[in-house]
Amino acid sequence: MKLHLLPLALFIIMIGFFVCRLSLIERGNMPRDIPSVVLNKPAPGFNLPPLLKTGLKTADFKGKVTLVNFFASWCVDCLAEHKYLTDLASKGAVLAGIDYKDTPANGQAWLAKNGNPYNVIAIDRDGHTGIDFGVYGVPETYVIDKQGIIRYKQTGAVTPEIISDKLLPLIKELNK
Amino acid sequence: MKRFLFIVTLVLCLHTAISLAARPDEMLADPMLEARAREISKELRCPVCQNQSIDDSDADLSHDLRVLVRQRLEKGDTDEQVKQSLVARYGTYVLLNPPLDNTTILLWSGPVLILIFAFLITRGFFKTAKLDTTEQDLLEEEKKRIFKMIDQEEEREEEDDK
Repeated sequence: MKLHLLPLALFIIMIGFFVCRLSLIERGNMPRDIPSVVLNKPAPGFNLPPLLKTGLKTADFKGKVTLVNFFASWCVDCLAEHKYLTDLASKGAVLAGIDYKDTPANGQAWLAKNGNPYNVIAIDRDGHTGIDFGVYGVPETYVIDKQGIIRYKQTGAVTPEIISDKLLPLIKELNK
Repeated sequence: MKRFLFIVTLVLCLHTAISLAARPDEMLADPMLEARAREISKELRCPVCQNQSIDDSDADLSHDLRVLVRQRLEKGDTDEQVKQSLVARYGTYVLLNPPLDNTTILLWSGPVLILIFAFLITRGFFKTAKLDTTEQDLLEEEKKRIFKMIDQEEEREEEDDK
């Protein structure tokens, strides 16, 4: 055994690990993402008051494919994804917004300033509905099918790529 | 007396250093329940600042989770029920002491694997060390040959003297 080559071998193995991990990040698999356990499970039971007009409750998901988007006026990434969500809404997706841990005044002002892409919009002041969904960092977006089952979860801002590669095909599939 | 004061001050300082993120307004009136809440919080991982427990973490979500843990305890949940309620939302990821399953098998077997690996490498080192001793043996033989040659030389010299 050529022992003096061992450090080199270990170094190469280590580099191998780094390359694997970095290429996963490149493909959108972030180390801080928590594997979601709510996927393919019914959306949690909740009944939230409206931020504007009508509120949102679990029963509302029945019969249509809904995108539930947790956002907040204090959240920078939410502003970043806002235009893409508006875009998505214009393509006919049903968007339900949940203003997470926010005051009604701030949430309403934020929507007035940036536009409202949501069909319904509720407010989760204490964040408990967010916790029931397994939210740990807004923005988070869930796709819920006609039976009220969570089919997809996106942690962090949606991007045009995510919309065209994942969200739109999935909505189309679930609407069949 | 000075020494006593020093120790008291030290303990007080340390206490502030380790007094954790749990805010006074979160704490339960019942000290037994509060103690249980603290124990449970120490075993739950904060999903935001991922290497801290929710008891340590200052994240807003940790605050919400601590409150949730306390609400559940007040409703009469057992420690296990409280933990499972969070596992249902965030997965076994939130347990700082995760159960052994497909995703944690490497985590749990890691230390043993590393130990085995270390053992093999160490054995490798000792084997090379043994190689060194065989070289030493060769030297012994050489020494014998040298001594032999010296002896022969001496014998020859003796013969020459005669």
